[in-house]
Amino acid sequence: MSFDPNSLLNPVLTAIKPSGIRKLFDIANSMEGVISLGIGEPDFPTPWHIRDAGIRSLEGSRTQYTSNAGMIELRRSISEYLQRRFSLEYNPDSNILVTVGGSEAIDLCMRALLIPGDEVIIPFPSFVCYAPIAELCGAKVVPIYMKAEDNFKLTATDLKNAITDKTKLLVLPFPNNPTGAIMDRQDLEAIADVLRDTNIAVLSDEIYAELNYTEEGHVSIAQIDGMKERTILANGFSKAYSMTGWRMGYLCAASAFVKQFTKLHQYAIMCAPTTSQYAAIEAIRYGDEDVANMRKEYNYRRRFIVDGFNKLGLTCFEPQGAFYCFPCIKSTGLTSDEFCQKLLYDKKVALVPGTAFGDNAEGFIRVSYAYSIEHIKIALDKIKEWLSNE
Amino acid sequence: MESLLDLLDKHGNLTIEEMSTMLGRDAAEIAAEIDEYKNAGIIVGNKLIINWQKTAREFVTALIEVKVTPKFGRGFDEIAERFYQYEQVKSVYLMSGGYDIALIIEGKTLTEVALFVSQKLAPMDTVISTATHFVLKKYKEDGMLLEIPHKDERQVISF
Repeated sequence: MSFDPNSLLNPVLTAIKPSGIRKLFDIANSMEGVISLGIGEPDFPTPWHIRDAGIRSLEGSRTQYTSNAGMIELRRSISEYLQRRFSLEYNPDSNILVTVGGSEAIDLCMRALLIPGDEVIIPFPSFVCYAPIAELCGAKVVPIYMKAEDNFKLTATDLKNAITDKTKLLVLPFPNNPTGAIMDRQDLEAIADVLRDTNIAVLSDEIYAELNYTEEGHVSIAQIDGMKERTILANGFSKAYSMTGWRMGYLCAASAFVKQFTKLHQYAIMCAPTTSQYAAIEAIRYGDEDVANMRKEYNYRRRFIVDGFNKLGLTCFEPQGAFYCFPCIKSTGLTSDEFCQKLLYDKKVALVPGTAFGDNAEGFIRVSYAYSIEHIKIALDKIKEWLSNE
Repeated sequence: MESLLDLLDKHGNLTIEEMSTMLGRDAAEIAAEIDEYKNAGIIVGNKLIINWQKTAREFVTALIEVKVTPKFGRGFDEIAERFYQYEQVKSVYLMSGGYDIALIIEGKTLTEVALFVSQKLAPMDTVISTATHFVLKKYKEDGMLLEIPHKDERQVISF
């Protein structure tokens, strides 16, 4: 018998489609001088005092493993932060687990909860990792297709219709990547009314919580009456503090959940990177002003880019969160893929087709404004020129 | 509501229309507010930061520490005024600590700056002493890095 690696691989994994933008990514990477509006990470450097805290921890030889759940100082700081910013109470000893980015928090939650036959409700368009992880667990993905006319919010009616007796988990990805949509308190109250008498857990991915441009600010479903016990709140440092490469995240949940998440985390990861944990303590204790400054700058750009796309005739609802807008390109007669590929080849402007985030996002493109105003102006000028020749 | 001054401080080269979009405010209202700031001396200019070190232009920058005797009833302001009238003087600051006034001076050569200090500043009645420090290299000016070019290290596309 000959050795055949393909025959050894998990067939569920091999059946999962590769990322929808891999082809576009390869083309863009092979080109010189690409003007990109396609990046899902902040353009700001990590504030110096945070980097410095990481450096000082290395200078002090703080290079050992930490507690599996993360340093207690960090968990206490996360607890204080959630109380200060969102009036949420989590016990640092039993309700908080420090993870390798928000992504690990999502992975842990799904692997700890889902077994074959379970159903998990995922609203689309949304971040790309939820469905593949759920499928790897053998769970059935039940999609809810959020609509432009609802400003890409999850509606209580759609949720009600998607629930069956097999539903175990609802993913709540707001503020949303790729649309920039948010759920305000009223929206979440309606969702809570549907969930209240069920045995369904909520994975609330709040990685963009600090990038909410409304007066009210971000509201977590865990703040809604009766929802905290069923909510697994996933958050992290990547977007708020511009710390993507540090890979620092956390999850907060009832102790029954956290106990099992920690077991998984302990066997798979051991602990989140120690240097990053020191930097994260500095960020969450002393980084409020940095976050406010970045949010202010994103807000300038948000208004500018939404106005720019609307003026180009690519209508765009007003996103209130994250750093993305989601213009409709149906008026061009092109599909999302065609639009992005042609624009890349003709003008070297890189955007991400909406379809990378869900089948229902055909006719939309994701535009990131994690770029300087000067950069955004150049990109908009190029798109304008291209559209006038199309 | 975000402050217009804050926006201008970060993005000084925007048009009124662009500012209006970025702040979500009426363009006429913004134009009027800018006029008010100019009249009140709050907005005093708008200039680019040029890294002259990267050009062929010959220039020397020096920080001059000046100890002075303030004039009765007029304090330091009159002395500062005498200093800032000179074209070579780019900045004037009243200081706490070991000396009274800090001047940033620019000239074409070391000799030109040295002569300016010895012939124009030092002989003034009110000046007790000066200490001249020549700038060897500028790394950062008005919050902008001069020597490290900005390079976007991010992937071209990511989720």
